[in-house]
Amino acid sequence: MSSVQHSNTLAKTATLRWAPDLAAIQQMLMQRVVPPVVIIALLGALWELLCSSPGAALPPPSQVLRDTWELIVNPFYDYGGNDVGMAWQILASLERVAYGYSLAVVAGIALGVLVGQSTWAMRGLDPVFQVLRTVPPLAWLPISLAGFQDSTPSAIFVIFITAIWPIIINTSVGIRNIPEDYRNVARVLRLNGMEYFTRIMLPAAAPYIFSGLRIGVGLSWLAIVAAEMLIGGVGIGFFIWDAWNASMISDIVLALVYVGIVGFILDRMVAFIGNRVTRGTAQG
Amino acid sequence: MSNRYLSIENVDMTFYAKGMESQVLKGIDLAVDRGEYISIIGHSGCGKSTLLNIVAGLTKSTSGAVILDGKEVNSPGPDRSVVFQNHSLLPWLTVYENVALAVNKTQRGKSKAERHEWIVKNLEMVGMGHALDKRPAEISGGMKQRVGIARALAMEPKVLLLDEPFGALDALTRAHLQEEVMRIQDELGNTVIMITHDVDEAVLLSDRIVMLTNGPSARIGEILDIDLPRPRDRIALADDPRYNHYRQEVLRFLYEKQRKVESLAQRRGAVGEKEKGEKQKDEKEKARA
Repeated sequence: MSSVQHSNTLAKTATLRWAPDLAAIQQMLMQRVVPPVVIIALLGALWELLCSSPGAALPPPSQVLRDTWELIVNPFYDYGGNDVGMAWQILASLERVAYGYSLAVVAGIALGVLVGQSTWAMRGLDPVFQVLRTVPPLAWLPISLAGFQDSTPSAIFVIFITAIWPIIINTSVGIRNIPEDYRNVARVLRLNGMEYFTRIMLPAAAPYIFSGLRIGVGLSWLAIVAAEMLIGGVGIGFFIWDAWNASMISDIVLALVYVGIVGFILDRMVAFIGNRVTRGTAQG
Repeated sequence: MSNRYLSIENVDMTFYAKGMESQVLKGIDLAVDRGEYISIIGHSGCGKSTLLNIVAGLTKSTSGAVILDGKEVNSPGPDRSVVFQNHSLLPWLTVYENVALAVNKTQRGKSKAERHEWIVKNLEMVGMGHALDKRPAEISGGMKQRVGIARALAMEPKVLLLDEPFGALDALTRAHLQEEVMRIQDELGNTVIMITHDVDEAVLLSDRIVMLTNGPSARIGEILDIDLPRPRDRIALADDPRYNHYRQEVLRFLYEKQRKVESLAQRRGAVGEKEKGEKQKDEKEKARA
């Protein structure tokens, strides 16, 4: 208590820069780090408790750690074939996501701009989009396998087709919501098409575009795991399927944790880029 | 008439929506000299902004023409720069970049250094030289409007169009900006058309006040010449009988003659019916042809 008071008075009176920063860091730790740590510890304890009985179907966390310790401490091993470390598995999945998602970003923004700009295009394409976007990602897999005759482009296509809808829809909404004033400014200045696109349209729609990109990256990560289970090869999805076939439940648990963390990081990365790019755009 | 700097000739504006047609402006005729400061005043909804948008070229009139410096206005352009009511600065650009967008687009003949100087000069003129790297979200409403004015001035327009430029500001900021606009106007001698619903603002700033009747089918009701020497000082003018007389004239138009205008409008409405009949006849003839 006294030390807290001490640091508070320090924060108020000290002219040194680092003193108030230290107090701020301490406060941030208390507010941001302690609650999740406490909750995770509690959940872990509950899990341990529930799965410790001899007849339990799932392993408790302590056993998961013991079983998978090799995988955790040695993520980059490579024994050839599918027998590679977790890092390689995840990177293989990320690579597929990167291709599919990049294609979805380019095509999604382009189509979104078209649909947002042209009422005719919207009337023609919107019904198509609304129907196609409800098709579950995995339902696309057989037909893309038939079309591409190969598993890798099929997986990439599934990512693409999963991620593109929220990008198209959000971009078109963003374009349609560009305030009339900005259009008028552009008209008075006689900006040409390209100038209007880069100077007005993209920045004005950027907050919407980025919320579409964020939803899209989340969906593509959801889809890749499922798609890889079916196509096989190196990748975190097939790793899970493989572990299930070998009855290595602990490996599955570890993979799930990794999948969750990677998905979280992907989401935060897109959000971070969005915040940087759209700085100041939200308010006028 | 047409040898004036800016002339608005017999402009009608009718909007069509859902099969309904509503005439907003009818037979607007106005000639403006170079360097003149014109205010257009009227009750809200009378079509003031529509008229300004027609001059700007943002809206196409149904009939009639706007001629600026010998050329007919067909589309928007930087020779008629607009200061919008809600500033409409681009929030992702800094103050400097907002003006630079306009300058780089409209002053292509100048070198990069000259353009930079011109941007800074215009921002300094409106007292914003200290905030070049601020974004619109970081400055006050009055400051945003100043930047909007700087952007419009930097295009070196033939006519500056102000659409209720001070409407969204508090009274003190508004007074301050009015002074600035008067000072800049004395310095540059711009031709200005300003939309307003503020009687004091109109009398203080204008050479002439154009009063629009109530819509639909708004016309120019009266034009009042404001014969007050410049520079004008709002405090000294507050006691000036001429100033108060002008004020009263505008107030009388807006609040007293309204009834008269309405009865006139009814009479005109009857005439309008006849005209409509003729129009329908015309259309029938067209259809036959």
